[in-house]
Amino acid sequence: MALRNIGLWAVEGFELAFSLAKFCCCIHVTGSYAMGPSMLPTIDLNGNVIIVERASVWLQKVSRGDMVVLTSPEDPNKQVIKRIVGMEGESVTYLIKPGESDECQTIVVPKGRVWVQGDNIHDSRDSRVFGAIPYGLVHGKLFWRVWPASRFGSMCNV
Amino acid sequence: MSARSSLWNTAKKCVTIGLIGVTVKDRYVSIAAVRGGSMSPSLNPVTDEVSGSRVSTFDDYVLVEKFCLGRYRFSHGDVVIFTSPTNHKERHIKRIIGLPGDWVGISHIDDVMRVPEGHCWVEGDNLLSSLDSRSLGPIPLGLIRGRVTHVVWPPSRIGRVKREIRQPTVPSY
Repeated sequence: MALRNIGLWAVEGFELAFSLAKFCCCIHVTGSYAMGPSMLPTIDLNGNVIIVERASVWLQKVSRGDMVVLTSPEDPNKQVIKRIVGMEGESVTYLIKPGESDECQTIVVPKGRVWVQGDNIHDSRDSRVFGAIPYGLVHGKLFWRVWPASRFGSMCNV
Repeated sequence: MSARSSLWNTAKKCVTIGLIGVTVKDRYVSIAAVRGGSMSPSLNPVTDEVSGSRVSTFDDYVLVEKFCLGRYRFSHGDVVIFTSPTNHKERHIKRIIGLPGDWVGISHIDDVMRVPEGHCWVEGDNLLSSLDSRSLGPIPLGLIRGRVTHVVWPPSRIGRVKREIRQPTVPSY
């Protein structure tokens, strides 16, 4: 009798552990990031909650204008959010010193790479500093803003 | 009715297995096939470096650990698998020769170069036929997908993949 109880208890414990593992795996597929001022005014500094999806990156459905999460080429422990301004093969024109002069430079994005810029070009370390980044560094696409409620909505065409 | 519910159960099981599989593959360990002879003799040894004819007809399969991706702390001589900077669908296996701040020598133009922050310099063990940092440039550490620790197939070659430090790099001061 006692053995049977232990058996049932073990099965229940195992099922609980299994559900917890499933929950942790779901968490693995999501994530959270801290923000700087480089994407103002689109994403401000007051604790936005945005859903990031990884399917578009995996299926290569990202394109110019999408906001993406990427691993910084300067520090692999840092995840940054930037906007894709040019995909491979496209030509990108950017101000070399915004606010100081009107001098522009045009480059063609090399194969397998993307050109990313922050919306706040005055305070953003992006491809103007470290060059076009390999597509393998892009991890997710910003999909839907959940918080603050006043700005609830899709992150496409924002 | 019961056919539909059993189909639903199967679907639920597939999603669960898929979720767990993806998590284990991304966070802990996975197996990868080694293609090509650029890491000979450590992986896929070749008998003749010029012609590339292989010792064994079978490719090596290696164990790739993902724990190193927590802090991206690597050592000289680690064999790593990384996504190609020119084509994100391709993966390469090479050895880390230089870490951020190291000076590496580029022999074909007789020059030295400092490995930038957040990047590493990789080279294959078989320098005669290896596509590595000598042509791709320094690789961002964020492209690394794991560290190769053991060969798991074929059975005759099962064993640890050793960390080998190679001389050409000038250590940073």
